[in-house]
Amino acid sequence: MPKTMYQKIWDAHVVNEGENGAAALIYVDRHLIHEVTSPQAFDGLRVAGRKARCPKKTFATMDHNVPTRSRDLALAGEASRLQITQLQKNCAEFGIKCFDLADEDQGVVHIIGPELGITQPGMVIVCGDSHTATHGAFGSLAFGIGTSEVEHVLSTQTLQQKISKTMLINVNGRLDNGVTPKDVILYIIGLIGTAGATGYVIEYAGSTIADMSMEGRMTVCNMSIEAGARGGMIAPDEVTYTYLQGRDYSPKGKNWVNAVAYWKTLKSDVGAKFDKVINIKAEAIAPQVTWGTSPGQVVNVDAAVPAPESFKDPVAQSAARNALKYMDLKAGIKMTDIRIDVVFIGSCTNGRIEDLRAASVVVKGKEVAQGVQAIIVPGSGRVKRQAEKEGLDKVFIAAGFEWRHAGCSMCLAMNDDQLTPGQRCAATSNRNFEGRQGPGGRTHLVGPEMAAAAAITGRITDIREFMKRGK
Amino acid sequence: MTPFTMLTGVAAPLDRSNVDTDAIIPKQFLRKIERTGFGKHLFHEWRFTDYEGTKENPDFILNKEPFRRAPILLARDNFGCGSSREHAPWALYDHGFRCIIAPSFADIFYNNCIKNGILLVTLKSDEVDELFAVSAFGASGLIAVDLEKQVVNAAGKKFHFKIDAFNKECLLKGLDQIGWSLQFAGKIDEYEAALAAQKPWVI
Repeated sequence: MPKTMYQKIWDAHVVNEGENGAAALIYVDRHLIHEVTSPQAFDGLRVAGRKARCPKKTFATMDHNVPTRSRDLALAGEASRLQITQLQKNCAEFGIKCFDLADEDQGVVHIIGPELGITQPGMVIVCGDSHTATHGAFGSLAFGIGTSEVEHVLSTQTLQQKISKTMLINVNGRLDNGVTPKDVILYIIGLIGTAGATGYVIEYAGSTIADMSMEGRMTVCNMSIEAGARGGMIAPDEVTYTYLQGRDYSPKGKNWVNAVAYWKTLKSDVGAKFDKVINIKAEAIAPQVTWGTSPGQVVNVDAAVPAPESFKDPVAQSAARNALKYMDLKAGIKMTDIRIDVVFIGSCTNGRIEDLRAASVVVKGKEVAQGVQAIIVPGSGRVKRQAEKEGLDKVFIAAGFEWRHAGCSMCLAMNDDQLTPGQRCAATSNRNFEGRQGPGGRTHLVGPEMAAAAAITGRITDIREFMKRGK
Repeated sequence: MTPFTMLTGVAAPLDRSNVDTDAIIPKQFLRKIERTGFGKHLFHEWRFTDYEGTKENPDFILNKEPFRRAPILLARDNFGCGSSREHAPWALYDHGFRCIIAPSFADIFYNNCIKNGILLVTLKSDEVDELFAVSAFGASGLIAVDLEKQVVNAAGKKFHFKIDAFNKECLLKGLDQIGWSLQFAGKIDEYEAALAAQKPWVI
């Protein structure tokens, strides 16, 4: 029987079938950990007297609450400093490789996994972070877990799992100028809703996806959780193999040849059955921007803020009313008339080198609007070094941007990069929840080019118009 | 983990959809290395009017009697969406919630709750509406949850719910799930031996 890629990876990882309604035990090939969701797991191991079963399959970094102005831990505050140093101690005690702040390859966990070649096709990859689906861009089954599950993986190298339903999202055609992978995934979330894929693993396919770089594919898979999905994945192809070849942890020599041969068998078979299929035309997708407090509250950038009454469902209506109140917006005003105070470019969604290159093209030779704070937070030490090699840092700094060290930063504002109450931000991150970027802060999610354009104009900006007018 | 069998009490109605884990426990309270003490920060932004959490918002449901210490939370669609932080169920449990009833829950949050002994009951939207009506009776609006029978009793009506058999057993017995998985240690050994032979690049 023809199989989906998800089914193939699942089958290859079953350690024990679930009998009598029990969950199956699934083997975990790669486990990524960070400072915020792991300390209690290590504590659990110590209390129970358990060891880490395969410490070489777990990789650690610190990203969520690290300071980005400098690497001085005093800036992080006492509680964050404790979490950061605790991770170092735990890794040393249990024999786990840690890309700590002193390591030049430290960075956002979902950025360093792929760039070091730790992430590979066909693997089951988990992390105590909901944006783990990022790694699915390589044709792996990757998903976020809680701290109890982190402990479970550390001690057994497996997870108890029930098989998910499968959803195929085909995107075909050519994206218009100014439309990015971020717009594709925001459009999808707007279309199917923030719980539209709950219980499913999504496979993204079609010519639009195939035409994307690995980095674009990661942006798409990254936000699968924002549609409720367990994971998002894309079949590996030559783009994937080219990206991976020669990376630090990628297979070498004969292993590389054998690995690629195996990876080529992973794609969904012709005729494989999905529980749900959605077809999207690339030409229908315009640059997107969120207006509300949920990623599904999104519109085309040239549209107006919708009226709550325009939603059919009464629950959606009340959600829209709450969102407008929190966002201090009135229905009917044009999105491009909304002024912003802060611009944040970074995160596991859009903190990679291609994102920074795209943003730098927009800001080159221009100036950040008066009164706007604009920050660039590279996703990793490697992204930062590459950008500096290309002179992107100089472009940004000349335009009035702040050039920071790697970390999650203002995506979730656990460090000192926070909005103050009432401030409004154009952000390349993944969540516009109430208070996400700081208590009382207001977030508009956009792609890196539109965030850069917003920094220059001081308001939400249609990148197509901006590029046409050159301002 | 404390077993969950039966529970009777009032249910605090939280009438919002897409309640995310950032709202359940904001990020500034995640900087701890223990599992305890998160309850006082539960729903911080909605529950308090000041950043320090000293001034209660009188309009928020958990600041009203008899819901301050309600053991059941009534919610709307997609409860627990967003971040995977297990601090959310830790905060809910620490505050005193043992059961949440909603039309749907986010996936990771669901797993996290089960592992902390919190029963999540999924009912149809119109059934949840009926329970919201029951909660409007305040202290007399008691709701009884029976996990063994998989039924919620309220206002003389029975609402049956489904739950995966394994999750049910874990909750009823308060099972140590790592201990349960470790009974298959032999099979994990076999899997790893085969993996090393067939896919040596997966070190």
